[in-house]
Amino acid sequence: MRELKILAVIVVFTLITYYLVEPFAHSQMHKHVEGEGFAYSDLPALTKTGDALKGKELVMGAAACTGCHAITKEGIVAGMDPAMAAQSYGVNPPDLSNAGVVYDAKFLAALIKNPAHALKVEHKFDAAKGKMHPMPQFYGAGGDIDQEIADIVAYLQSIAPKAEELTSEQAYKLACGGCHENRYAGWTQVGQTPKFKKKQDELKFNLAKADYQDALTKYMGKLPPDLSIYIRSRGEHYIKTFVEDPQAYLAGTAMPRVGVSTAGMEKVIEYLEDSGDAKRHERESIGPKVMLFTLVFALFAFLWKKELWSKLH
Amino acid sequence: MAHFTKATGLQDWFNQRLATDIVSRVMATEYWIPKNINFLWAMGMVLVITFVFLLASGIILMMYYQPNVETAFDSVNYIIMKEVEFGWLWRHVHGVAASIVFLIMYIHMFTGIYYGSYKKGRELIWISGMLLFVAFSAEAFSGYMLPWGQMSYWAGMVITNIFSLGDLHLNGLVEWIRGDYVPAQAFLNRFYMLHVLLLPLVIIVLIALHFATLRIPHVNNQEGEELDFEEEAKKYKSGDKKGSKVMAFANDFLSKDMLVVSIFMILFFYLVFYNYDFAMDPVNFDPADGLKTPAHIYPEWYFLWSYEVLRPFSTNIGLIAFGFAQVIFVMLPFLDRSPNAIPAHKRGAFQIWFWVLLADMIVLTAMGKLPPEGIYSTIGLVSVLLFIALWIVLPFITKMEKKL
Repeated sequence: MRELKILAVIVVFTLITYYLVEPFAHSQMHKHVEGEGFAYSDLPALTKTGDALKGKELVMGAAACTGCHAITKEGIVAGMDPAMAAQSYGVNPPDLSNAGVVYDAKFLAALIKNPAHALKVEHKFDAAKGKMHPMPQFYGAGGDIDQEIADIVAYLQSIAPKAEELTSEQAYKLACGGCHENRYAGWTQVGQTPKFKKKQDELKFNLAKADYQDALTKYMGKLPPDLSIYIRSRGEHYIKTFVEDPQAYLAGTAMPRVGVSTAGMEKVIEYLEDSGDAKRHERESIGPKVMLFTLVFALFAFLWKKELWSKLH
Repeated sequence: MAHFTKATGLQDWFNQRLATDIVSRVMATEYWIPKNINFLWAMGMVLVITFVFLLASGIILMMYYQPNVETAFDSVNYIIMKEVEFGWLWRHVHGVAASIVFLIMYIHMFTGIYYGSYKKGRELIWISGMLLFVAFSAEAFSGYMLPWGQMSYWAGMVITNIFSLGDLHLNGLVEWIRGDYVPAQAFLNRFYMLHVLLLPLVIIVLIALHFATLRIPHVNNQEGEELDFEEEAKKYKSGDKKGSKVMAFANDFLSKDMLVVSIFMILFFYLVFYNYDFAMDPVNFDPADGLKTPAHIYPEWYFLWSYEVLRPFSTNIGLIAFGFAQVIFVMLPFLDRSPNAIPAHKRGAFQIWFWVLLADMIVLTAMGKLPPEGIYSTIGLVSVLLFIALWIVLPFITKMEKKL
């Protein structure tokens, strides 16, 4: 009985210390942002139903998307290699093959209409001051602009894989990979690092990467961080809410709102877990076995002690 | 030349050469432990087991870790965490054990303080124990440098800066310790050496000393009763195990030790698998960057109370207070002037002193992590002043204690 009381005292003091040093201290040190589950409630809702066929015509024609963006799924290749594109635009305009699923539809519509506004980077790109966002606004092709935008979005959704078929690599590449390296996954801003057969190929690849990163640094103000183990350094909640609205954490940051869909975000998290917490499945499967072992060990220890001490008292 | 006979068996063969029978009697089967103790007396064994975990996991981690500022971070976070089979497990065991070993040490220390186990012939147990605490602190700090993350780098910067000793401006000393103007390659190499060789050697020697200091005075008991160990041992050996007030270390007490160890292991492995973030600060998963200071720099939880002693004052006074906090615990056997070596609950004013000290150190620990702003800096300052006052009044309140 006395021992249980002593144990209770120790447990209480330990838990108080733990609470103060961990949950409480962190709540005081870091801003907490709840997020709104990728609802993007500040952006107008889509009112029109789009027609994918008309959207395709616009993308290839009047809207001139393919002037900068590749759509490899439709056989449209990029006009420039990534490094040269970054030197021209700041970042490489992303391939739109998976845009319809990785990005939220409402966000895509708002982006086409006014990129700087949808991306929440108007503090950086102010048309009135002559600072244009590298992606031009779509002013319409002569008809109802909202209908035309709905058509474009419908087209992008029609060529994108279904949410359940989207891979984590596709999601990361489109949502993050243009700016953020992930060296533990072998990803660089100019693509997946291949296995080099010749030293020359490796040097060329690294040169392109260095060129890209220089252009990107100039464009963003600093080189965006490598995300290899962000899942350990920042955690899932922070990453999700930061991606949803970077300005909520870091007002004035050059990082744009990414506009990912819920499905896109899930896949991005999976990618980050694979690069930064690769052995989590092993950990989760071994944990219960070790716990069971400790319980059995404790049982035997208890029986041994009981037997010896029965001779003492 | 000693006389050797043909051995009757393996045991006898060793006994003739190593006196193993005597050794096992002295160290185990006739090492008498009072029966009137509780599970807190098993913390020493819990510490031994935790140290073994640290040593074993450390040896494996050392085979893959690269002490180079360019590769250290990735050797930990990529090679050990991803490529080495079960590397993640060894790292989590090492990290959690390094943190939890301090929890057990604090419990062990406060047990000693509560039961007066540093008095009447047990002074050296306390002093060698405090030296172990210092050695473990240095070991923990040097290990914290090795992943070469943001907290490694900046904690290394802050702690080595302390050696400039404020207005003495001993910048040359700081550079000498770092081997550079800032923490860099020379710094990492020497802390690696300290962590894997010199300090573990010191710790092992101190553990041996700590055990040795315990052997003659024997461990204390729950009531502070003075036992006639020879008399009680006679009873035990004559077969009156139930009537004797003592028991053998092995296997009587060892069986209880192992029971407590087994319960500790349930907690320990729960933390290793399900709640390890407290021991592995997220900030340290960002690579060291000398151009980017983290928003909050704080040490691991077990150093927070002494960090807080440093913080509320101007540099020079803070350093004096910090130095005071580091050595004052060692002085405990000489500051406690009471003639009684009994538990705190029988000692009147000392009992209050004990609980106030414990509560104050928890408050200091909390304030050491919180940003030193507004109410937190006021609470911090008051707690530091209280901490110092407690140690100043200790000789007076214990002097007034009557001999029981």
